[in-house]
Amino acid sequence: MADQPRTAPARPGTSAAAPGRIPTSLTQGTGSATTKGGIGESTLRPDGILKVTGEFAYSSDLWHEDMLWGYTLRSTVAHARILSIDTGEALATSGVYAVLTYDDLPTEVKNYGLEIRDTPVLAHGKVRHHGEPVALVAADHPETARRAAAKIRVEYEELPVVTDEASATAPDAILVHEGRDDHHSGHVPHPNVVHRQPIVRGDADAAAARADVVVRGDYVFGMQDQAFLGPESGLAVPAEDGGVDLYVATQWLHSDLRQIAPVLGLPESKVRMTLSGVGGAFGGREDLSMQIHGCLLALRTGKPVKIVYNRFESFFGHVHRHPARLRYEHGATRDGKLTHVRCRIVLDGGAYASASPAVVGNAASLSIGPYVVDDVDIEALALYTNNPPCGAMRGFGAVQACFAYEAQMDKVAAELDLDPVEFRQRNAMEQGTIMPTGQPVDSPAPVAELLRRVKAMPLPPEQQWRTTEGADVRALPGGLSNTTHGEGVVRGVGYAVGIKNVGFSEGFDDYSTARVRIEVINGEPVATVHTAMAEVGQGGVTVHAQIARSELGVTQVTIQPADTRVGSAGSTSASRQTYMTGGAVKNTCEAVREKVLDLGRRRFGTYHPAWATAELLLEGGRVVTDGGEALADIADVLGDESVDLELEFRHRPTQAFDLRTGQGNGHVQYSFAAHRAVVEVDTELGLVKVVELACAQDVGKALNPLSVVGQIQGGTTQGLGVAVMEEIVVDPKTAKVRNPSFTDYLIPTILDTPTIPVDVLELADEHAPYGLRGVGEAPTLSSTPAVLAAIRQATGLELNRTPVRPEHLTGA
Amino acid sequence: MEFLRPASWQEALAAKAEHPAAVPIAGGTDVMVEINFDHRRPAYLMDLNRVTELQEWEIGADTVRLGASVPYTKIMEHLRTELPGLALASHTVASPQIRNRGGVGGNLGTASPAGDAHPALLAGGGQVEAASVRGTRMIPLDDFYLGVKRNALEPDELIRAVHLRKASGPQQFSKVGTRNAMVIAVCAFGIALHPDTRTVRTGIGSAAPTPIRARTAEEFLTAALDEAGLWDSRGPVPPSVAGQFADLVAGAANPIDDVRGTASYRRHALGVMARRTLGWTWQEYRDAN
Ligand SMILES: Cc1cc2nc3c(=O)[nH]c(=O)nc-3n(C[C@H](O)[C@H](O)[C@H](O)COP(=O)(O)OP(=O)(O)OC[C@H]3O[C@@H](n4cnc5c(N)ncnc54)[C@H](O)[C@@H]3O)c2cc1C
Repeated sequence: MADQPRTAPARPGTSAAAPGRIPTSLTQGTGSATTKGGIGESTLRPDGILKVTGEFAYSSDLWHEDMLWGYTLRSTVAHARILSIDTGEALATSGVYAVLTYDDLPTEVKNYGLEIRDTPVLAHGKVRHHGEPVALVAADHPETARRAAAKIRVEYEELPVVTDEASATAPDAILVHEGRDDHHSGHVPHPNVVHRQPIVRGDADAAAARADVVVRGDYVFGMQDQAFLGPESGLAVPAEDGGVDLYVATQWLHSDLRQIAPVLGLPESKVRMTLSGVGGAFGGREDLSMQIHGCLLALRTGKPVKIVYNRFESFFGHVHRHPARLRYEHGATRDGKLTHVRCRIVLDGGAYASASPAVVGNAASLSIGPYVVDDVDIEALALYTNNPPCGAMRGFGAVQACFAYEAQMDKVAAELDLDPVEFRQRNAMEQGTIMPTGQPVDSPAPVAELLRRVKAMPLPPEQQWRTTEGADVRALPGGLSNTTHGEGVVRGVGYAVGIKNVGFSEGFDDYSTARVRIEVINGEPVATVHTAMAEVGQGGVTVHAQIARSELGVTQVTIQPADTRVGSAGSTSASRQTYMTGGAVKNTCEAVREKVLDLGRRRFGTYHPAWATAELLLEGGRVVTDGGEALADIADVLGDESVDLELEFRHRPTQAFDLRTGQGNGHVQYSFAAHRAVVEVDTELGLVKVVELACAQDVGKALNPLSVVGQIQGGTTQGLGVAVMEEIVVDPKTAKVRNPSFTDYLIPTILDTPTIPVDVLELADEHAPYGLRGVGEAPTLSSTPAVLAAIRQATGLELNRTPVRPEHLTGA
Repeated sequence: MEFLRPASWQEALAAKAEHPAAVPIAGGTDVMVEINFDHRRPAYLMDLNRVTELQEWEIGADTVRLGASVPYTKIMEHLRTELPGLALASHTVASPQIRNRGGVGGNLGTASPAGDAHPALLAGGGQVEAASVRGTRMIPLDDFYLGVKRNALEPDELIRAVHLRKASGPQQFSKVGTRNAMVIAVCAFGIALHPDTRTVRTGIGSAAPTPIRARTAEEFLTAALDEAGLWDSRGPVPPSVAGQFADLVAGAANPIDDVRGTASYRRHALGVMARRTLGWTWQEYRDAN
């Protein structure tokens, strides 16, 4: 029914030409006649102005005639046996079309999951965390659905909760999942451990004996939320062929599809997915939210069903960043060389596995940071607990580690009486350094240079709050709350650098697909790019158009809506999309170009010898030789024909990490960023103003410099958030979330966001398309420890926990 | 839910008399949140936005009669001189969008201990003009807050205005939140010097079940300033006096541990804010000579 983009549902009051989904099918021009709009230019993204002016159509704006509204009843307790569910009264409510529980699931597949299928579509027998979906309601009005859901009577018998390593791995601990038989269950030390990855290289004991100083620390990283724009939402439309069309804001259409179809009992070809307007994702849309629920209700009622979470529900509707406890030991010699690192990273995965195994692999393999250390003893693991499920979030395991190892680097430097930047530079990895996993770093790793660059930037002037009319409170800790006019305020400066892998690691078959077509429309060659890449705000659609222009020499590029009619683009995560789907677009464009040139040779080859002898390019709408001579217009070469190809693109294969030694060429590429934080701390009240967060990052090649800077500033700000305010607070006794709202889960406002000067380095990685490096995550890593280091410098406090709260700084 | 839209103040009072359960809505920045999250489902909602006099203020000889619906933005723009403490407090409320809608009537209606107007109102001093078809009565602010989100209004009463003493001396307001804007108070403090009566008044927010005054601290400071003749000499407040004032303010609070902060931090922060705001106001008083 709705498998053509133009029949996508429109918003009420708008024409059908303004469908409620991301306007990716807009044809993007070059903006000006003089620019080509190819790679390396800062062409503007099509969704930017729409989002800022509030006109962007998010997935929550989807609308369909006769549609019903779905609502999810969630558990009010964290861990309990479900004794009974009585849906009678809810079903009898006028306006209600369906009420579904576990018993209504249509097939034998009743669980889903990214890697381990441990997550029930609807709770069965037991709930394992606060806010777990228990039942679904479809009604003709969202309020009716919500009120009917409130009439469902669920009888719980509460069970004890496990909430940390001690309670979860005690010998008599209650098992979050009984009878595990997943592929990690055989090697974990306890059934409440999802996955464990040791890495042993060299001889840490022998190296420790050589150390002149040994520094130990215990660190705690709080639970961060992605806090993306646009809560979970989508619209499922039943189709005449018995299938379903699903419009949804997600991060990876094909991964969703693989999980949805078996639960519905449909072949994947009958579940047609189209990406709808996404605000942001940051990992929070990798796991399913309303997808299966919406489809179940649509298929049951035979009507389109829309589900939209509100912000409160959204806090229960997606996984969060793993909170972590980290224990580190670093040793160094007097001359400032690291001897060894031992560390143990315990991540709280919450009630379901989600991306925990991969997060463990990242945390372990990146646990010592961008440094040369030959002797390491590393262990990372993720727990099953009754806390909220945790999974992917920007930085993915590397964030927690960076917070701890960078604190350690400062401590060692202090012990050695060395400048913290100097000490890092003495140990900085370079191209050729061997990772703890035994994998050589085989492209530029300008760690020392990035540190040098942030350090060389001019410092913001002291006491910027002073004005002729007194103190400008906006420039002071506390801001408009008017808590200080300079009293108690001390400045601190801190540095940090981090390393993040790009792309999917550990042997995963990571690929992206792109379909590219070139044809003549109104006498002009036009390229059409079709991928299933989720545009979640990263600017991928902009970059795809730039690549097509550069490779095919056209001006007009149409980006088709992302859907499952084309092959998988993989996930918009792991900083991989410009590399991977960008790489796929490039790759397919090159193949299309060859076909165009073949066509040209056939048509015009006899007119000019260069057709046969020269290197030919497509530029400015023409076929030109590498010497710059124009041979033909592309339009004339094509005539009535079009070239249309769909190809897959893969990065270099990787290997799994050995389960005992952690050895293996597990990663594809690394990305590096360094930060310098300048903070002002009100030491009496414990309030912090981050004055500046300077960043230097190597991006290999900036395909769109403006977007690159945007990514770096955004990542930096997200790192600042978890340094000084962002934390989901879970009650340790009940495992219930205490602050599921933007009233009490605070994210930085513009007044909390400092000046962020960015220095972009472009050292090509010869293995990657255009030499580029994934950009999105690295800045999130080093931002947090840089802010913490600056606060430590201002206060002299140890601060082993993030986020820092005022009471940590005042001791009160 | 029925939506009442009285066109005049008399109609509003009549409607409230007829439907005492009706929930008035002014800026709606509290009411709409509660309705959206289904925390409240009133049978009647009464829109006060057509009663335009609620959005007006009159500056008298000694007091300002501030209409219940005057938004914070207007207080910041127009009443900085007469009500400096309230203007500062208004500036700390939420974001420009909310400040354009929300006002003191709504803050009093909700009577949350975290409402930012309250410490400034208590420190400045004044009365709530409550009206019903039965007539008008003046409720001293000190008697207005009865418990967590409970106030002294009768079911048939509406707030017409607040009558606030015009500042006769410097006033300050300070609030701690864990972000630099758009944040609910972890705790807040207001102070007003009243040179005309040679008294000091205070207000504490988010550190007890209701907004409160730190009376012992006020009495101590009033006496200490008096004894040392500081109102006349405009000499500096001795650090020991400021310190004891701060301790007494901290001691007046009765805070709890919650997701926004700990009780002991709140007490500590109140002491710091008390000392600093006393310093700022006293300096201003000295400079004004
Ligand atoms: C995003 C956001 C941030 C916020 N931040 C802050 C903050 O930083 N500080 C703060 O103090 N508050 C904050 N608030 C709460 C709110 O803005 C304030 O309490 C505001 O003063 C309410 O005013 P209003 O006119 O919008 O009230 P409404 O929502 O219209 O009403 C609030 C209550 O008062 C009653 N009421 C209104 N007018 C009258 C009347 N004339 N007579 C009798 N009862 C009446 C209503 O029935 C209701 O119970 C925030 C709210 C939001 C949505």
